[in-house]
Amino acid sequence: MSSKYDVLVIGGGNAALCAAISARRGGASVLVLEGAPKFYRGGNTRHTRNMRCAHDAATEILTGPYTEDEFWEDLLRVTGGQTDEVLARHMIRESKDILNWIVEQGVRWQPSLGGTLSLGRTNSFFLGGGRAMLNALYLTAERLGVDVEYDAEVTDLVIEDGMFLAARLKRPIKGETEIRATSLVAAAGGFEANIEWLKQYWGEAADNFLIRGTPYNRGSILKMLLDKGVQEVGDPTQCHAVAIDARAPKFDGGIITRHDSVVFGIVVNKHAQRFYDEGEDIWPKRYAIWGRLVAAQPDQIAYIIFDSTVVTSFMPTLFPPIAGQTIAELAGKLELDPVALEKTISEFNAAVLSGTFDHTILDDCRTEGITPPKTHWARKIETPPYLAYPVRPGITFTYLGTRVNKEARMLMKDGKPSANMFAAGEIMAGNVLGKGYAAGMGMTIGSVFGRIAGREAAKHARN
Amino acid sequence: MHGTRILDEADRLMTVCNSCRYCEGLCAVFPAMEMRRAFSDGDLNYLANLCHSCGACYVDCQFSPPHEFNVNVPKTLAVARAESYAAYAWPQALSGAFARNGLVISVIAALSMAAFILGFAALNDSGVLFGVHTGPGAFYRLMPHNVMAALFSAAFLYAILALAMSVRAFWRDIGAPIGGRADGGSIFQAIRDAGELRYLHGGGVGCYNEDDRPSDRRKLYHHLTFYGFLLCFAATSVATLYHYLLGREAPYPWWDLPVVLGSLGGIGLIVGPIGLFAARMRRDPALLDEFSYGMDVGFIAMLFLTGLTGMLLLVLRETAAMGPLLALHLGAVFALFITMPYGKFVHGIYRFAALVRYAQERRTAA
Repeated sequence: MSSKYDVLVIGGGNAALCAAISARRGGASVLVLEGAPKFYRGGNTRHTRNMRCAHDAATEILTGPYTEDEFWEDLLRVTGGQTDEVLARHMIRESKDILNWIVEQGVRWQPSLGGTLSLGRTNSFFLGGGRAMLNALYLTAERLGVDVEYDAEVTDLVIEDGMFLAARLKRPIKGETEIRATSLVAAAGGFEANIEWLKQYWGEAADNFLIRGTPYNRGSILKMLLDKGVQEVGDPTQCHAVAIDARAPKFDGGIITRHDSVVFGIVVNKHAQRFYDEGEDIWPKRYAIWGRLVAAQPDQIAYIIFDSTVVTSFMPTLFPPIAGQTIAELAGKLELDPVALEKTISEFNAAVLSGTFDHTILDDCRTEGITPPKTHWARKIETPPYLAYPVRPGITFTYLGTRVNKEARMLMKDGKPSANMFAAGEIMAGNVLGKGYAAGMGMTIGSVFGRIAGREAAKHARN
Repeated sequence: MHGTRILDEADRLMTVCNSCRYCEGLCAVFPAMEMRRAFSDGDLNYLANLCHSCGACYVDCQFSPPHEFNVNVPKTLAVARAESYAAYAWPQALSGAFARNGLVISVIAALSMAAFILGFAALNDSGVLFGVHTGPGAFYRLMPHNVMAALFSAAFLYAILALAMSVRAFWRDIGAPIGGRADGGSIFQAIRDAGELRYLHGGGVGCYNEDDRPSDRRKLYHHLTFYGFLLCFAATSVATLYHYLLGREAPYPWWDLPVVLGSLGGIGLIVGPIGLFAARMRRDPALLDEFSYGMDVGFIAMLFLTGLTGMLLLVLRETAAMGPLLALHLGAVFALFITMPYGKFVHGIYRFAALVRYAQERRTAA
């Protein structure tokens, strides 16, 4: 391995590989440093399954057009306006070409998966999922002559006046070394697996968070860049958090620990009290709020409670529901106060008005006279066995990042663009996503800005 | 809980996979899984036999080992598949043949070839055995045609019976919940899917064998083997028709249909098994059912031996080696026939039945 490269890419996910491939195709010599072992390469990309790209017409796998304007309106809505319009519109425009470009890099598409029909028009799914996508990108990168090193922990970045000079690296066997490169692409993700860092904003509650991705998303590169004068962007307290099964592993449980059964029952905290309208809105919106809601409850735990009539209304779950023939028995298994749970459920049942149940629309099944209400899909919980899923906050990714311009070039604290440092993917997602999320957008940010960053980094190296 | 440890594991995996579904575009197993929320023994045996072992779901899975969810669908289904062969074997008393299949196949093959050589030697003068015979009926100077036909028909009919009884048990086990007989459309679909090995392709890139680089080599070698076998079977069938309908006796000239079919098939049956054997030896142990080594290699060896002895017989049929080679070839074919229901051959039968069932389910769901 040569000690000096044109382009050094730190990170090993979608953004990093798109940058590496695009830089290599631009004529640069490229080294990719992935901090994780080979199996865990790719950060959160491992667990993704689709990408949201604008397109003017239906394709083989997309059911209809999704225009740039519609994409922009969706982004505006989910972020509540907290986005950089110039960057966001640029990304959306570029996303159109990504649909084809990513296929040229070996990635294959498939129609939306079972249970995700609502995304069939807007989102392109990776055949075989995110790891299949990564495998294809790595094969292409290696075929093009990109060098890749795993277990490569970057311990320091040498940066002078906004100019990247070298990265210090600790390898498990070969020891410490320094790698110099003409350009840097930082695509090393956020800090969601860094519990200590999360605690700065969430306090001790963060100890009860489960991390949906690998333990390697520690944000060390992000921290180094911010410490060395790169301008930060995004709310550090923001993270994408969903309610996942409390029995899930601490790290890397991925998508399969999620629960989408909230609308079919009620959700109570450890005191067996309801705390939020379970019928507020339809899926993806409600999906993304329940992580934060549970995080705000005592001990960061909650229980989705439903009865046997709705078991087949949602996708099969990894962990089976906990069951009891009576509410008291169920409460015992959940270690909840049985009297309190019986009271909560009987009050809820008494408040349910009759209506026509339809979980695909905001139906007219609601409660009256209880707080909080359940405004849609409210049905009595009365047919044993009674069932429950314990849930905790599952942290997907963080929003704090490095500010970039349209060239994916990092901006320094004084507002000046860095001479040779670029960023792509989750590490700069906060530029586009101030808050909120719409499915597949993280991958769009990764591929679009990865491709741009690689191209610009190679261009800089050639000059 | 299921009947066996491996079915418990298959059930665990299908529960994991059913809550993920990223692999549903790779093959037929995952869409079939999605039609169920719970899995009976029959369901799992169905899914196991639907799996073509392309390995894509292992390479693509974010939860494969060393992940703690330890999802290894190809290996688990390979073990379950091998166990299902024994579970559905007919008669059940012979299911033990699958336990030490390599040994069983080798012994039967050796005995069969030895029996033909001894039989030839005992019933013929050495002048006849090592003589040069040419022209129509040359083979039958060593073994009368009617004896040969009777012996092989009996072996073949027994194999058909045993296979039919086995697949009947399998079909009942996997077909009962949705039920019904196989319809023509589903059978036609299954013939196409099996004929092109539609699901041995990793969702389009090829199958995985020794590493994470997909290729179409296994598919190619399987095609050579399978179509080689079919061509040889066709050659024998045509020759039988020639014999009884046209009164034309083997051996036939090189340009005649049975010889052309048999030669092409024989080449397939030599090249294909060599390729499959090489792929089997190089295969990533993570994807393998290590206990099936004997069964896999035993079947590959039987096909190779059949092809090789057949081709040698063709090339050397006008020399003194014809007698011994004919004995060896007939011994190999006889052993192949009688071991068909008790070896890897059955994989094709169960997989075909599973493909019919899958086509049927798709039609019902559509």
